[in-house]
Amino acid sequence: MDYIKAFITGGFICVIGQILIDKTKFTPARILVAFVTAGVLLTALGVYEPLVNFGGAGATIPLPGFGYALAKGVIEEVKEEGLLGAFTGGVKATAGGITAAILFGYLAAALFNPKMKR
Amino acid sequence: MNPRQQKKNKQYQDYVKHKSPASNLLKNSICAFLVGGGICAVGQLIVNVGMTYYDLDKEKAYIVSAMVMIFLGSLLTGLGVYDDLGKIGGAGSIVPITGFANSIVSPAMEAKREGYIFGVGAKLFSIAGPVLVYGISSSVVVGLVYYFFVK
Amino acid sequence: MRVVRMGTQTVNLLYPPGIVSSATIVGKKEAEGPLGEYFDEVMPDSLWGEKSWEKAECKMFQQAAEMALEKANKKPTDINYLFGGDLLNQIIAANFAARALEIPFYGMYGACSTLVQCLSLASMLIGSGCAQCALCVTTSHFCTAERQYRFPLELGTQRCPTAQWTVTGAGGFVLHENSSGPYVTHVTTGKVIDFGIKDISNMGAAMAPAAADTINAHFKDTGRTADDYDLIVTGDLGRFGGVLAEELLLKAGHDISGKHIDCGCEIFSIKQDVQAGGSGCGCCAVVFGGYILSRISDSTFKRVLLLSTGALLSPVSSQQGESIPGIAHAVCIQKDR
Repeated sequence: MDYIKAFITGGFICVIGQILIDKTKFTPARILVAFVTAGVLLTALGVYEPLVNFGGAGATIPLPGFGYALAKGVIEEVKEEGLLGAFTGGVKATAGGITAAILFGYLAAALFNPKMKR
Repeated sequence: MNPRQQKKNKQYQDYVKHKSPASNLLKNSICAFLVGGGICAVGQLIVNVGMTYYDLDKEKAYIVSAMVMIFLGSLLTGLGVYDDLGKIGGAGSIVPITGFANSIVSPAMEAKREGYIFGVGAKLFSIAGPVLVYGISSSVVVGLVYYFFVK
Repeated sequence: MRVVRMGTQTVNLLYPPGIVSSATIVGKKEAEGPLGEYFDEVMPDSLWGEKSWEKAECKMFQQAAEMALEKANKKPTDINYLFGGDLLNQIIAANFAARALEIPFYGMYGACSTLVQCLSLASMLIGSGCAQCALCVTTSHFCTAERQYRFPLELGTQRCPTAQWTVTGAGGFVLHENSSGPYVTHVTTGKVIDFGIKDISNMGAAMAPAAADTINAHFKDTGRTADDYDLIVTGDLGRFGGVLAEELLLKAGHDISGKHIDCGCEIFSIKQDVQAGGSGCGCCAVVFGGYILSRISDSTFKRVLLLSTGALLSPVSSQQGESIPGIAHAVCIQKDR
């Protein structure tokens, strides 16, 4: 059951992205930035958490989910550490993802070669 | 530029916009829904496996699933498969975190010919960099607002 | 008197140089297209044994030059000038190939209009007596162009319906003052025309006004009309840009629809999934060199107006919010003097 909820939630967020690509001048790079920032803001406003509770990975895997992790980390860290938490909380919470991106990204880029498109 | 030429230009731009063939939004949206939903379902599988077999709590399971999806996105990009998925899935392959990994590996991979430091190393974040910049910066803003106004 | 200026943009060469030989090299996708049988050589893959795509493009330039020389029975020392260009920053494919060829060299950048830009200058130098023999080469490569102008190859993006596919192709042409033709009789030099299109995935719309402007100028300067030509060829306006150019010309009183073909539309079939068609300075070079030139020689087309169209932008200019200026150059090529 939670697979279906993840599927629907994730699919729905992607459809919003598709509409932006086809109907506006949004390039993929701008979509990535807009969605992450939206995730941060919606989490701060308390709107994204319910979506995560419902959709699980369907809300955390799309890029707003990265923003969700950032915002949640920041708020928790501010609660515990005060002002310093505003600077440390986000990166602390997403450290795993960022490090994975750097490491796996570098390895894949170093080991593989790009191919001509068909 | 004189006003008459400006008017001619505007007429031409409007005509081009009106006449340009549009993408098939319905077909693209359905494909985005299916591909994006599918990727997220795989992510959910990893979350469940993490919680059931590795006794991870929910938060850690989400972190691990994001890391595994980044690994998969990087691998599929390296194997030359992710761009084919993107052709079909559109936003369904750009929006999930696998798309973030794809945007990291793809520019770095082809910059290999320029060396491992200034080629691969420097180009890793040429497309994905803004995501970190704006994501982390906006989280700092949220933290400051929370500290000064909510706490 | 060797040349006569006509109007504001055209030169009539009274002793027109002949195109003695042409050589075309293409990639696999182009060889699988409708004109596949007309190309001289097909690259086995995008790297062609080189370490990078940029080096492969340089090899294409050099090989096209050497093949054209061989077919014309000429040595590099017989050539007074080499005109060449490509789409890369600082035209490195042309520069590094010219290093190997050791011919006095003028590097050209006109984006996708480079081929006719080269043919124009070579023809004017020969027609005016500054040169006896010249070599023109242009090349483009899908991978190098995508890397530089658009997106990394493995990035999962979707191409929109007006996007064009950069042709992997190189074309070389030897021109000589004494030959049996086909001959370059008129040269019309285009102006930069910008109607304010900013969409980098709709190059056809950005370049169409320049094509229409140059064709219009050519007709005005020479007193000719579309009826005086068997074929009017544009370089890479694509499916959509070609229609726009025809409509702009109709407004100016010229109906070219019956005579107009576009190299970008001819080189790939719709089945090959290239959205609006091919593009790149190699596109015009291989379609003209491989197919059209021999049709002029065998009298299928006795008089052809050849244009190549270029979009004069850079990744920086479009990021700074600039629109895309276009340019189009034209030469009149006919079977007999």
